[in-house]
Amino acid sequence: MTIDFKHGQSAHCENGATANLLRYHGVDISESMVFGIGAGLFFAYMPILRHNGMPTTTFRPLPGTIFKRAATALGIEICRQKFRDKEASMEALDRALAMGIPVGLQVGVFHLTYFPAPYRFHFNAHNIIVFGRQDGRYLISDPVMENVESLSRADLMRVRWAKGMFEPKGRMYYPVKVPAKIDLPGAIVRGIRKNCFDMLGIPFPFLGVRGIRHVARVMKKWPEKLGEKKASLYLGHFIRMQEEIGTGGGGFRFIYASFLQEASAVLDNSRLMALSRAMTENGDRWRDFAAIAGRIIKDRNSEHESYAAMSTILLEIADREHGIFTGLREAIK
Amino acid sequence: MKQEQVPQDDDNLMEGRTRELCYAVDEKGNYVKVLSCGWGPKNAALLQAWEQINEDVKAAYLSVKEGKASPLAFYMARSMFDVALLSAYTGIPKRKIRVHLDPEAFRNLDSVTLGKYAEVFDVPVGELVTLTEAVLAVPWKQAAVPTREDPRRDGDE
Repeated sequence: MTIDFKHGQSAHCENGATANLLRYHGVDISESMVFGIGAGLFFAYMPILRHNGMPTTTFRPLPGTIFKRAATALGIEICRQKFRDKEASMEALDRALAMGIPVGLQVGVFHLTYFPAPYRFHFNAHNIIVFGRQDGRYLISDPVMENVESLSRADLMRVRWAKGMFEPKGRMYYPVKVPAKIDLPGAIVRGIRKNCFDMLGIPFPFLGVRGIRHVARVMKKWPEKLGEKKASLYLGHFIRMQEEIGTGGGGFRFIYASFLQEASAVLDNSRLMALSRAMTENGDRWRDFAAIAGRIIKDRNSEHESYAAMSTILLEIADREHGIFTGLREAIK
Repeated sequence: MKQEQVPQDDDNLMEGRTRELCYAVDEKGNYVKVLSCGWGPKNAALLQAWEQINEDVKAAYLSVKEGKASPLAFYMARSMFDVALLSAYTGIPKRKIRVHLDPEAFRNLDSVTLGKYAEVFDVPVGELVTLTEAVLAVPWKQAAVPTREDPRRDGDE
């Protein structure tokens, strides 16, 4: 049995799964729109919180946040379930499918058989949608894959019960109530306002624009403080967070620029269009930064200038983002 | 990023299974979605991570061969498990896993425990206990690590 579900590829799994589920329920909004309404743009650099022995760097809020914010802002009621028992989690999924409901699942990618092997790390906050069963296999719409995939029952159960950080514990979710009329302009304004606060207003040196400035300052000293090899490993980690599958390029900055473009049309606000352009240029600077980093990683050495050059770019980016979000706050007043 | 600038640097890291979606602007400045099969700097970062893992794997392999550690150490390195994560997957207490890292203790393991380990690492029990050189030859990892004779092209040039 299959549900007439349209698979759409997206850059990021969480926005993509949300957008695809909402589209099925008649709310036709894009991935960028979900991202913007969910206030998905962020930056955090937390030297105390280690990830593989390296400072945690992220360009987005905690997994699940974008989805939750977007659903709340749009007035959509979501059924979210977590389980204690593996079999129970599969039975609940089967029941939902039998009722013709496509279901979003949180899964780990390590045992995700159709995923390209070089990307199969122990990462547990991936999102997929199951929309039917065929020949004993579950049909999977994985937002980051080009085509529809499928998994056996055993394989699906395994990824739903991945262990480690962000354990999914069989988590599944689907919209249960969609309002007849969606207040898109209201949700957009709310999302932008929230994102302005996250980037500018958190009085903590590691978060938002302040976090970018902080990294810019410490990165300069990496080669002498950590040694050439470790410095390049730190850099590699940073670049992977910024550019790995899911960001749409430039640490989500291009997705956000695309959201601002759409928002400008919905709200009929030309200032948002100008800010979208500024955000695109800003994303290009993130790419320039990554290009230098890529050269250092590949050559296994750096003229120390390069770290200084990257630091300068990051400071410039911080200034740009400060300007953009200050402008956004004004634009939606 | 302009539409025509979306990089297509394929280092086969997606194994031809998929391409990733990027956001870029067309000549009128409107956002469009473009598929990309990779980007040099980002590929370099991912390859660097694997190179690091492969170093650990080789070191673990040698210490198993020298009798300093049990094959468990090798498979943990290869699949990037630490003791805590392996314990979470198998339900075997961390203290016991540390004991099983000793070759002597590992040889005396019962088949149920071995089965639990084999399942997590996706290998048959036979392969788990007899570590042959063949396990080192994970083709895509080996091929993916750049060598000096094979200067890889720059994504941004």
